[in-house]
Amino acid sequence: MSKPSPDDRRYSREHEWAKDNGDGTITMGITDYAQEMLTDVVFVELPETGKKVKQMQVVAVVESVKSVSDVYSPVSGEVTEVNRILEERPEIVNQDAFGEGWLCRIRMDDPKELDSLMSSSRYEEFIKDLKH
Amino acid sequence: MKKTPLYERHLALGAKVIDFGGWAMPVQYTNVIEEHRTTRRNAGIFDICHMGEIEIQGEDAFSLLQHVMSRNLEKQSAGQMKLSLLLNEKGGIIDDLTVYKTAENNYMVVTNAVTKDRDLAWITKVREEKGYARVNLRDITDITGKIDLQGPLAASILEQITADDPGSLGFYSFSRTRVLGNPAIVSRSGYTGEDGFEIYVPADKVGEVWDALLEQGRGRGLKPVGLGARDTLRLEAGMMLYGNEMNENVTPFEVVYGWITDLDKEFIGRDCLLRQKEKGLERKLVGFEMEDRGIARHGYSVTGNDGKKIGEVTSGTFSPTLNRPIGLAFVPFSFREPGTEIRIDIRGNQARARVAKLPFYKRDRH
Repeated sequence: MSKPSPDDRRYSREHEWAKDNGDGTITMGITDYAQEMLTDVVFVELPETGKKVKQMQVVAVVESVKSVSDVYSPVSGEVTEVNRILEERPEIVNQDAFGEGWLCRIRMDDPKELDSLMSSSRYEEFIKDLKH
Repeated sequence: MKKTPLYERHLALGAKVIDFGGWAMPVQYTNVIEEHRTTRRNAGIFDICHMGEIEIQGEDAFSLLQHVMSRNLEKQSAGQMKLSLLLNEKGGIIDDLTVYKTAENNYMVVTNAVTKDRDLAWITKVREEKGYARVNLRDITDITGKIDLQGPLAASILEQITADDPGSLGFYSFSRTRVLGNPAIVSRSGYTGEDGFEIYVPADKVGEVWDALLEQGRGRGLKPVGLGARDTLRLEAGMMLYGNEMNENVTPFEVVYGWITDLDKEFIGRDCLLRQKEKGLERKLVGFEMEDRGIARHGYSVTGNDGKKIGEVTSGTFSPTLNRPIGLAFVPFSFREPGTEIRIDIRGNQARARVAKLPFYKRDRH
């Protein structure tokens, strides 16, 4: 069973989360459901800081033993920081997807884009449907 | 999708099930790395019921097999198994399979799951064309259950439920014995690079054998292992997978199957292989290790320093034992030596890799 999705952030249909840091940036990662589907993450390809992304454009790549998965940016903006520790310890994504396993921080072009994402309760409904 | 007799057990064990060549198979129960390490350290149990078994019996059985198989079966004695290839006229690989000789002119051939029907049709066709009338082919896949038990503890777990001591079997030998009182074939062989056994029992008994093995292995670290770890285990051991490294356009010499291709006897495909040998190979399958980050996967391009495609990755994964990405790839023949630098296009990056000696992993033999 995946961990409950925290209600302090927003969720995409591609299983990314975005947490508003209150300073014009968000922190993002993949959800616990996503890491559970991937299992054993062995490699994370992070963007360069300064990279400009559009909402739902590929921003990172997560690889498990069996598969490669694109990670989409939940908002448009500029990457300001990446979680370098994942390059040495990718398994943190499995252990703590909502916390220490964050992927990057992005300065938002338009904070209103967050409204197009799902609340935690809607995301929970969304993954419940996927399981059936 | 077809289900093996163990399907319900996989669900109860919480397995993630995938479609593998039309079969609903467990890809993993917990996660691939854990199941991989369990097999190397203790033992793993695998549902292999999807693989094909064909019984070939009758006075012409040996002659027919000798004609369709790349391997010379002349010196094979009863109780021995041989890895062999089924080739088309061009020397292309129809399947790689194991041939169990149970008695004179009495064989069981074990095929890959996806190739079984094609194998059966091919051998049947050759029988008709060559007029080998005194031999019967019987597909016994549906009535045969197969479990692989692999790992350093395999022999001591299996001996608890077998009539004969499996530990006394030589490598690539088998015995017709009893497992839990059921008629069985047990061979000392496998697809992981570990010591271990392939166990054949009647399909309606395979569930109780599975349960008994798990029971015997409880507290000793035995775990069920899915196809995900089966793939990383075989790749570390330098073993090839039909459909990845082999198909009907690939010849034994291009991959690492020259050693089971006996050109000193007559068999289908031989003439083309002799010509290929004379002409020299254009490409060769090699192992590689990544130097840059990233995993090279099936279908990725091998490139030269100028970025032009010169080959293709056939299998690639993360090696849990070496803790780095490894794989197999076709490269131009001149690139075959271990240590040769190659590049692999990983999502647009020309990542550096190096040709490596096979196998990547070899167990300690005591």
